[in-house]
Amino acid sequence: MTQAHQHEHDHQAVPSDPALRVKALESLLVEKGLVDRAALDTLVDAYEHKIGPRNGARVVARAWSDPAYKQRLLSDADIAIAEMGYGGMQGEHMVVVENSAKVHNLVVCTLCSCYPWPVLGLPPVWYKSAPYRSRAVIDPRGVLREFGLELPEEVEVRVWDSTAELRYLVLPERPTGTDGMSEEALAALVSRDAMVGVAKVSVSKAGSAA
Amino acid sequence: MNGVHDMGGMHGMGPIVEEDNEPVFHHEWEGRIFAMNLAMGAWRKWNLDASRHSRELIPPAEYLRMSYYEKWVAGLVELMVQGALTTRAEIESGVPSAGSMKAVPAMTVDKAVARVTKGGPANRNVDVAARFQAGQRVRARNINPVGHTRLPRYARGKPGTIDRDHGVFVFPDTNAHFLGEKPQHVYSVCFAARELWGGQAGEKDSVYVDMWEDYLEPA
Repeated sequence: MTQAHQHEHDHQAVPSDPALRVKALESLLVEKGLVDRAALDTLVDAYEHKIGPRNGARVVARAWSDPAYKQRLLSDADIAIAEMGYGGMQGEHMVVVENSAKVHNLVVCTLCSCYPWPVLGLPPVWYKSAPYRSRAVIDPRGVLREFGLELPEEVEVRVWDSTAELRYLVLPERPTGTDGMSEEALAALVSRDAMVGVAKVSVSKAGSAA
Repeated sequence: MNGVHDMGGMHGMGPIVEEDNEPVFHHEWEGRIFAMNLAMGAWRKWNLDASRHSRELIPPAEYLRMSYYEKWVAGLVELMVQGALTTRAEIESGVPSAGSMKAVPAMTVDKAVARVTKGGPANRNVDVAARFQAGQRVRARNINPVGHTRLPRYARGKPGTIDRDHGVFVFPDTNAHFLGEKPQHVYSVCFAARELWGGQAGEKDSVYVDMWEDYLEPA
C-alpha cells in the first residue's frame, strides 16, 4: 500500500479526529467540575516519566543478585516488589514466573490488555494488538520466532493468559558472562520484552530500550 | 459475551509489529483520555469490570478498526452517559446543558497520586470455602453468557489442572453489571496446549488461565 493511499484510508476510517474529540471532552468535563486538569497532568506525567520497565528491570537485577530476595519474589511477589518501592494500580496482585533452561514463560491478555503497570509501565501497542492477543495462546513458538527467539523443542513453553486480576512478570534467565556485575549494571541489561517473555536477556543487547 | 475481544486462538490477524523506541503515548490526546478514564473512575459510578465491558460492547467491526485509545474514548462516553455524569447532548455540543450543577472533581492531584501508588485491590478478605485444591483435575464449564465474562472461549469445555489458588476475588460476571461482587476463589488452571489446540501444539507446552470458581466443575 502506498503512503498516499494509506493516508486517505486513515481519514476515511476515522470519521472524527480523536484529538479534537478528546479536547472537547476534556473541556466539557472540566467545565462541569468532573475532572481537575492538574490531576490529569499528574497521571499523564506519572506514566510517561515515572512508571516504566526500568522498575521491573531493577526487581529482576535484585533477584539475580540476592537469592533470598529471589525466593521472596517467587513466593510472594507483592511483598517483594513493594520492598523495592513499587506497587499500585494494575500491580495489586503480582505473580512472578521464572524462566530456566527447561521452562520459558510468556505473558498475554487475550481478552483485553492486562499488564503489570507498576513494574513495566503501560503496554506497547503490539501487546495490545489483535495479532499478539490472538496468537500467543495457540502458537507461542511462532510468536516467539517472530520476535527472533527460536526455542528448542525440549523447552517447555508456559503461556500465562491474564484473564483475572493477577498480573504476571517474567523473571528472565541471567545471561552468562555477567558474574560480578553490579545490580545497576545488570538492570541495564534487562529489557521490557524479556520481562513479558518475548525475548531473552543477552549481554550484547545492553542499553536496548525495548 | 462471545465478542470479537475474545480473540485467543483466532487466525488471520496479521503479523506482530514492534516499534523501536515506542513512546508511552503516540499523541497527546491518548494520554488525556487515559487520564480521564482514571479520573472519572473516581466518581465510582462504575467499576473496572464495567469499564472493560463498555469496550467489549463496541460493535466488532468498529472494535477491530479502532486504535486502542479510541476504544477508551468510546467506552468512557458510554460509561459517563449510563452513570448520568453527562448527557449525549453535552458530549455532542461540548458544553454543559443549561442549569446543570457544577461538581467538585472527585480526583484531585493528591488523590490521583494515591490512586496510582495504592491501586484498588480486587481481592476480598471474606471467608469463602475453596471447592478445588492444587493438583485437582477440573473442567472449564461450557457456558456462553451474553454479558461480561472473563472465561475465554478457547478454554470452555476443556479439562485442566488446578495449579494454585490465588485467593478470593470479586466476580466480574456479576460486578460488571452491578449485580454484586459475589466474591469467590480464583485459581490458576493449567491446560495442556494439546487439550486446547490438538496435535499441532507443542507436546510439553501449556496455557495457564486464571479462573473464578464459577467457571469450573470437577473433571
